[in-house]
Amino acid sequence: MKHLKIALLSGVAAFALASTAYADGHACDIGEGRVSIIGNEFPAIQTLGAGAAACASDSAEVTANLTKEHKNIQVPGMTNNPAEYTVAIISNGSIAPLMTDNLIRPLDDLIAAHAPDLPNQQKITLDGKVMAVAFMANAQHMVYRSDILAEAGLEAPKSYEDVLANAKVLREKGIMENPVGGAYSAGWGIGQEFNNMFIGHGGEFFKAGTAEANINNEKGVATLEMMKALSEYMNPDFLALNNNEISAEWKAGNVAMLQMWGSRTPALLDPEGSVEGVAENTALTGPMMVGDSGTPATTLWWDGWTIASNVSDADAEASFKAMMASIDPSILEQEGVNEQAVWLIEGYEPTNLSEGVFQTIKSGATPYPTLPYIGLLHTALGAELPDFMQGKESAEQTLADVEAAYTAAAKEAGFLQ
Amino acid sequence: MKHKTFFWFFLPTGLAMLLFIFLPIVSVISQSLHVPVDAVLVTVEECGPFGCKPSTTIDQEATQLLRDANPLGQWAGLEIYFDRSHLAVAEVGELWRNSESWGAFFNRLGNLPFYRAMAFTLTYTFVATPLLIIFGLMIALAVNTLSSWIKGLVIFFSLLPFIVTPLVGSLILFWMIDARGVVGSFIQWVFNDPTLSLKASTPLTWITLIVYGIWHSAPFAFVIFYAGLQTLPQDTLESAVIDGASRWQRIRYVVIPHLTPLVTFVALIQLMDNFRVFEPIVGFNAEAHATSLSWIIYNDLSGEQRLLTSAASTSVLTILCVAILLSPVLVRTWRDFNGKT
Repeated sequence: MKHLKIALLSGVAAFALASTAYADGHACDIGEGRVSIIGNEFPAIQTLGAGAAACASDSAEVTANLTKEHKNIQVPGMTNNPAEYTVAIISNGSIAPLMTDNLIRPLDDLIAAHAPDLPNQQKITLDGKVMAVAFMANAQHMVYRSDILAEAGLEAPKSYEDVLANAKVLREKGIMENPVGGAYSAGWGIGQEFNNMFIGHGGEFFKAGTAEANINNEKGVATLEMMKALSEYMNPDFLALNNNEISAEWKAGNVAMLQMWGSRTPALLDPEGSVEGVAENTALTGPMMVGDSGTPATTLWWDGWTIASNVSDADAEASFKAMMASIDPSILEQEGVNEQAVWLIEGYEPTNLSEGVFQTIKSGATPYPTLPYIGLLHTALGAELPDFMQGKESAEQTLADVEAAYTAAAKEAGFLQ
Repeated sequence: MKHKTFFWFFLPTGLAMLLFIFLPIVSVISQSLHVPVDAVLVTVEECGPFGCKPSTTIDQEATQLLRDANPLGQWAGLEIYFDRSHLAVAEVGELWRNSESWGAFFNRLGNLPFYRAMAFTLTYTFVATPLLIIFGLMIALAVNTLSSWIKGLVIFFSLLPFIVTPLVGSLILFWMIDARGVVGSFIQWVFNDPTLSLKASTPLTWITLIVYGIWHSAPFAFVIFYAGLQTLPQDTLESAVIDGASRWQRIRYVVIPHLTPLVTFVALIQLMDNFRVFEPIVGFNAEAHATSLSWIIYNDLSGEQRLLTSAASTSVLTILCVAILLSPVLVRTWRDFNGKT
């Protein structure tokens, strides 16, 4: 009860601080217009939502719909003219559907008029046109239990081959039966783990310059074999465990090596809700290498915002100004905001929580592709890989199934003839 | 009823059905016959926080010209119905030619998404429906014999599984059947096998989903049958007792014939409901082991890229399957109707 009270009080204090910061004449006059934001829901995005909402006035309405269901709502919500949402907060993984349907507008004119100093590293440009403004970076990287590895006399892993060797020792010594974790749940999760591992093996998803899938080859087979080998050291329910559930497993002390999202590591390092000794001994490191390609088995992600094309110029301008205010460097001075993410905003001070993502950026990892048809391949992978992971069919058969499922979908969507 | 009276009586319902049932179905059928126009792809340079590289994107102006020329999309006819994600005509034909035995044919048929979904959907429908009717009847008969002061309480608790939202109910059970959950640990103890996991094996997942389905829907059957039991003809029952009928004989020859129309009703509703099984698959994260037609529609609509034509085709196929499934019952009702007039 006492904890709750303190949490509530500090929340109120933070809110009061935030509102005074904005009231103190922090440049937030967005003129007339309607600002309506759709986006995912996690602390960093909530900071943006609150920042934009502080720009509301008698002449400007600001609303935000921040929800885990954002991917399902954003396309229908921006298709009509005028669009329900004027701003979409997206990542490099979710911008493609908006680009495909031509739902977002280039921002060059607005940047020239209102934010000429926007650093280049925040601009997402396609064919010379700025389509989105990035504000934070994210990546999957390795998290390990320093106490468990030390107990067995093991080093922190640098590659998936190390992970397998460590897991073998931990099992043989009877320290932990299933020490490896991963969000291998059927669907998006296992598709993403395939993408990571395939990139780590130096694979290219498509034949150059076309939408033809290119995964049924030696690299694809090596990818699947490594995933299968890792799964032997995972909780047998691995196909039913997504990011939330595997995080719960981690906090319960059942996992010793886990590839996890940088944006979720603050929760893993939080003693609240963890078995004693787990959070204190949770250590972050960079992504794992696999094979000899020299590219780490992970992808880099950015989160950013875009402006709808189906809105009036006045609404677009108001939206742009409100979003620029929400990522103003001054937000980093608010209590706790600096720690919420790996911000791409000027003045950001890296913390120990961002260690894993920084190491990933330094390791030469590649960004998740923004190709218009990558989502279809991801969906096909998520649906077909479980057959192989359960030992029902060969790697070659599964990869052939993935390509066939992808081809059917890509033909329907008009990417393949 | 005079035809004119009937017309005015039926008009509001008819209009509502036209608006909310007929027109949406026409729209779904039309969607299932059209696909988006071919995308014109161009290679451009893409830059971001992590550097620049060449990337492929859609040439919006060129694609927009095509879209304007075909506002409904490109005519595809039945192409999508027959592609690999649906009826997979070409793939099934090839399997047929290359399989040596029936077993091998069916085994490899399960590799195609539509037939894999059908296998689970039909098993679920035809196992869960009769069992939930039997359980519902047993609960109704048992509750009916209770003394009245405890009846209300028992009815309330019997209805709880039906009151709980399916998604929430399956999520709660998802954690209970976990290898470290209450039910999961208990099953491991019963079978004396510490590695037993309900979520890791396909047959056990199917059994879990079917048991969940019965648990959830048996109260529906119970309530209907319990209401039916209140109208049992007491005279017939008493004369059966005088004739020396045992309790089982009374149930078999008096109660069950009396409840037959209700059994038909429950079977009809539950066949439809169970054929559309969806929430437990999502709640139990069971898509690796079990999928259904409804789940395929959901998957097409919730992916990174929506596949409207694919979802529409699966919807039309679902409607056709439900029609086939219900046809015996509907034909019987029609015969009864004709027999009476």
